[in-house]
Amino acid sequence: MATDSTAIASAKQSDQAMLAADELFCERGERVLFRQLSFELVEGQVLQVQGSNGSGKTTLLRILCGLNDSYDGTVHWYGEEIGSQTDSFFGSLLYIGHRTGVSKVLTPLENLRWACSLQQSVDEADLYKALADVGLRGYEESQSYTLSAGQQQRVSMARLLISQARLWVLDEPFTTLDARGIKQLEALMRDHASAGGAVIVTTHHQLDLAELQTLSLG
Amino acid sequence: MTAGGTTTASAFRATLKRDLLIAYKRKNDVINPFMFFIIVVSLFPIGISPDGDRLSEIAAGVIWISVLLASMLSMDNLYRSDYEDGSLEQLLLSPHPLYFMVLAKNISHWLVSGLPVVLISPLLAYMLSLPSEAYLTLFVSLLIGTPILSLIGSIAVALTVGLGSRGLILAVITLPMSVPVLIFGTLAVQASLNSVSPTGFLSLMLAMLAGALSLAPLASAAALRISVS
Repeated sequence: MATDSTAIASAKQSDQAMLAADELFCERGERVLFRQLSFELVEGQVLQVQGSNGSGKTTLLRILCGLNDSYDGTVHWYGEEIGSQTDSFFGSLLYIGHRTGVSKVLTPLENLRWACSLQQSVDEADLYKALADVGLRGYEESQSYTLSAGQQQRVSMARLLISQARLWVLDEPFTTLDARGIKQLEALMRDHASAGGAVIVTTHHQLDLAELQTLSLG
Repeated sequence: MTAGGTTTASAFRATLKRDLLIAYKRKNDVINPFMFFIIVVSLFPIGISPDGDRLSEIAAGVIWISVLLASMLSMDNLYRSDYEDGSLEQLLLSPHPLYFMVLAKNISHWLVSGLPVVLISPLLAYMLSLPSEAYLTLFVSLLIGTPILSLIGSIAVALTVGLGSRGLILAVITLPMSVPVLIFGTLAVQASLNSVSPTGFLSLMLAMLAGALSLAPLASAAALRISVS
């Protein structure tokens, strides 16, 4: 397994990795998805997980988030296992999966308000501003099932603007976005990394980021 | 308790508000179990006898059984849509104890599906000629019993939310745990019909509610983690 991120970790000033996976092993049915997978993620890094369909990208992301616990090996958050300190880990984690967490009966505003208030106290003006910034001005009060798939994805993208989470875990965030949306999301990831955050992203899209690390599965 | 800049109380409130809002927007989910309850109860006078004496004997049992069935009908909505749109994952990843998040969802579910049934019950008891001295007991026993049913049902729904077709499995898991509530609920009403104080049965039900409130959300939370992983 390619783990070209390990070398970078020691070069950074922070002596402790933000997120460290050690000897991960996961199988689905009889098929081994990955074994002895180790890598570290440091502050300011964007890690793209690559691999063909069914290679276990989503499974890996869910393991790193603590959503999936059918694996061997350990995942550490600043040196401590994620299972032993869920409140500080979950407080610094923002996960957007295939299913974006946008309820179709609620409006983008209501969706965003709830998703953000699970992690932090939110200001109404910030919610409106974030929705406007992702191109949903005028759609704040529409029911989400009237929005297109791309617009619903943008609702979850608005969370990135508000969240103070340091680690972003994004599973195929580009699939339904248009060219401008892709550019904007790339810019968001770049800004987040330069502000000391870290991003793990799976995508088949060619990312236009300078300090991109990649991890190939399968 | 604070985590990540927000208190558990505010996340609890936000979740409660969100679920009430969803219930308000999906009125069908709320009205269906309620109408089902009324229809089932109304069928008994038609099917058995409109004779007040015969109805009054079975009134408490009929209402309690209908409540049980209506609560099972309403349970399905509890986590299904959250599971499908990914909100459940977000809930599991909140930095707050999952116990309180699940409790907020359970409370909201009871407010929209259990409470209306409790409120309409005196009217249906009147229709079934339940003697008036038992109204209060029936009302109180339902008020204590329906949240227990919601809390227990939540465990079963959480366990099965990841399954494609559930069919009867929900009833198979829920009913054995719900039967004690049914027994004590009807016994309490029976007691006041016989001019015996029902407080003993109601106290037992209160104890069951206390137990369910403290333990059931923990079980639901664990079941949700399993279902999502």
